[in-house]
Amino acid sequence: MSSGQTLVMAEHDGTQLAASVYRSITAAQQFGQHVSVLVIGAGITQVAREAAMINGVQRVLQVDAVTLQHPSAEQISHIVLQMANAYEVLLAAHSSWSKNFLPRVAALLDVGMVSDVLHIIVPRTYQRSVYAGNLLSTVQSQDEQQVLTVHASKFKLASLSQTSAVIERLTVTGSPVPVRWISQTLNQSPRPPLASAKVVVSGGRALGSAERFEAVLAPLANQLQAAIGASRAAVDAGYAPNDLQVGQTGVVVAPALYIAVGISGAIQHTYGMKDSQVIVAINQDPEAPIFQMADYGLVGDLFSVIPALTAALSQANIN
Amino acid sequence: MNVLVAIKRVVDYNIKVRAKPDGSAVDIAGVKMSVNPFDENAIEAALQLKEQGVVSHITVVTIGPNSHQDSLRHALAMGADDALLIETDEVLQSLGVAKVLKQLVDTMQPQLVLLGKQAIDDDAGQTGQMLAALLNYPQATYASHIEINGLEATVVREIDGGTETIAIHLPAVITADLRLNEPRFVKLPQLMLARKKQINTVPLASLDLDTRQRLIQLRVEEPPPRAAGIMVDSVDALVSQLIKHEGIFA
Ligand SMILES: Cc1cc2nc3c(=O)[nH]c(=O)nc-3n(C[C@H](O)[C@H](O)[C@H](O)COP(=O)(O)OP(=O)(O)OC[C@H]3O[C@@H](n4cnc5c(N)ncnc54)[C@H](O)[C@@H]3O)c2cc1C
Ligand SMILES: Nc1ncnc2c1ncn2[C@@H]1O[C@H](COP(=O)(O)O)[C@@H](O)[C@H]1O
Repeated sequence: MSSGQTLVMAEHDGTQLAASVYRSITAAQQFGQHVSVLVIGAGITQVAREAAMINGVQRVLQVDAVTLQHPSAEQISHIVLQMANAYEVLLAAHSSWSKNFLPRVAALLDVGMVSDVLHIIVPRTYQRSVYAGNLLSTVQSQDEQQVLTVHASKFKLASLSQTSAVIERLTVTGSPVPVRWISQTLNQSPRPPLASAKVVVSGGRALGSAERFEAVLAPLANQLQAAIGASRAAVDAGYAPNDLQVGQTGVVVAPALYIAVGISGAIQHTYGMKDSQVIVAINQDPEAPIFQMADYGLVGDLFSVIPALTAALSQANIN
Repeated sequence: MNVLVAIKRVVDYNIKVRAKPDGSAVDIAGVKMSVNPFDENAIEAALQLKEQGVVSHITVVTIGPNSHQDSLRHALAMGADDALLIETDEVLQSLGVAKVLKQLVDTMQPQLVLLGKQAIDDDAGQTGQMLAALLNYPQATYASHIEINGLEATVVREIDGGTETIAIHLPAVITADLRLNEPRFVKLPQLMLARKKQINTVPLASLDLDTRQRLIQLRVEEPPPRAAGIMVDSVDALVSQLIKHEGIFA
């Protein structure tokens, strides 16, 4: 293994990089070495060009083939492994995409992987959260090679460069383990995407039904141009689709404003929103744990508070 | 077909753990322990496949000290056929666990290996993928639905923003998400019966594997608390507070 190089594996949707890629590049620069970005897919010249314009990126590796339209974890790890020896650090933003394949890479390199790093203290020493964010653990990797995912919201967005980095197209052989991709169902919503929205309005079990979830929260979300989120209890009860779940087993958000409506504040939920800049909680129970982390708490019945809040915000012309 | 389910004993999800005052470790003395929630979903999935006639035999395994037998007994009480303890006082990390499981799979040759998607203590979420890689098996992580037809498993996976459906060939590794099922309750009589069942124990040392920790924990601490917030007593008061933060609106 030649030292001194970092490889960032970049998530994208076929036309655009995920916003978290810009943050993972900031994390990658903390290793103080040459940074290459790997993009894998079918017809992704545009994505490779986007990556090449990010400050701090020295080189983009584009693995582009029709068979990589919906690459499996097996395919991606197979590609990464063919180049892994040239890199001391292999890094990606933590997401359901990266955590699906990166442990495979780590295992075959015989490296212990570090998941969801909050801070790179010095290269090979990291802070990460354990017990659903209850505790922070500082760990030191004993391996020569480093394989990690980083908690994107903890790192700044890398800026854009005036000049483009070099783009190299690579051809690599296919994966030996076949997986048949059948379909994908992505929640189509006119609202901003939950993971990157500036404002999030989340509802809990207290909403009571899918109809009321929509009827109460949608006007407030519209007023604030917010994404809608949900607690697991609300998702399990069918009030909101799975992908709106915020928390340990859902989406982790860090918006400028998070409004928790009828959510008790279980640790598994707060894991997903505690990095929000301003947290507002509305709950009828003054003892609800969510108030311990709220910047502004209001005790009251959400069914009267939320319509009143929506009206008052609209009066005050806040949107 | 035979299924192997790997389960971990962890601090119960309702417990708020603390760091030891000297920051050297997590203080778990006297704390309630349970089967990792996602692993209960994995056990339940195996049981349902058995009830559908797809699976004939379910083995549960855990790697840990002797005291972790109670998690195996819980799985037996749920309905697993037999239980295996790979005994060690060392704490293994995901890579070490995956290596042990690989060796078990090589000897036991199950058609399907089920794990939880993530252990709620270390929150690593790696073992299933690592195991699949070491075995060169296909994987389906974060499963919320599993259907098995002959040697093909069709799995609905939870991904960011929605779901994905893939088909993989058995033998394979599948990791369970919470929505896969609702784990059954264990009744006292079943637990009593499970107490009498034999648990096979194999010392980890006898497997001769490199399971040393790759991440040394230097320190554990509680996160800094958020600055105390304020309670407002009316919608208008809330709005006037929010106006102060006008910059945060789109
Ligand atoms: C392994 C594991 C992972 C998990 N992952 C997640 C996760 O990712 N995300 C997540 O959210 N949960 C997760 N959970 C579940 C979590 O533990 C809680 O059960 C869940 O967050 C509770 O949701 P809730 O706050 O909506 O419901 P509840 O806890 O039932 O709270 C409802 C709240 O609404 C209030 N209320 C009721 N009526 C009104 C009213 N009219 N007006 C105002 N307030 C009202 C009540 O006072 C109460 O505080 C997980 C659990 C486990 C075991
Ligand atoms: N010590 C262990 N013994 C058995 N199975 C384990 C052990 N540790 C982890 N696992 C399995 O691996 C899954 C993921 O764990 P982790 O990679 O630690 O998040 C868990 O849900 C279990 O199914």
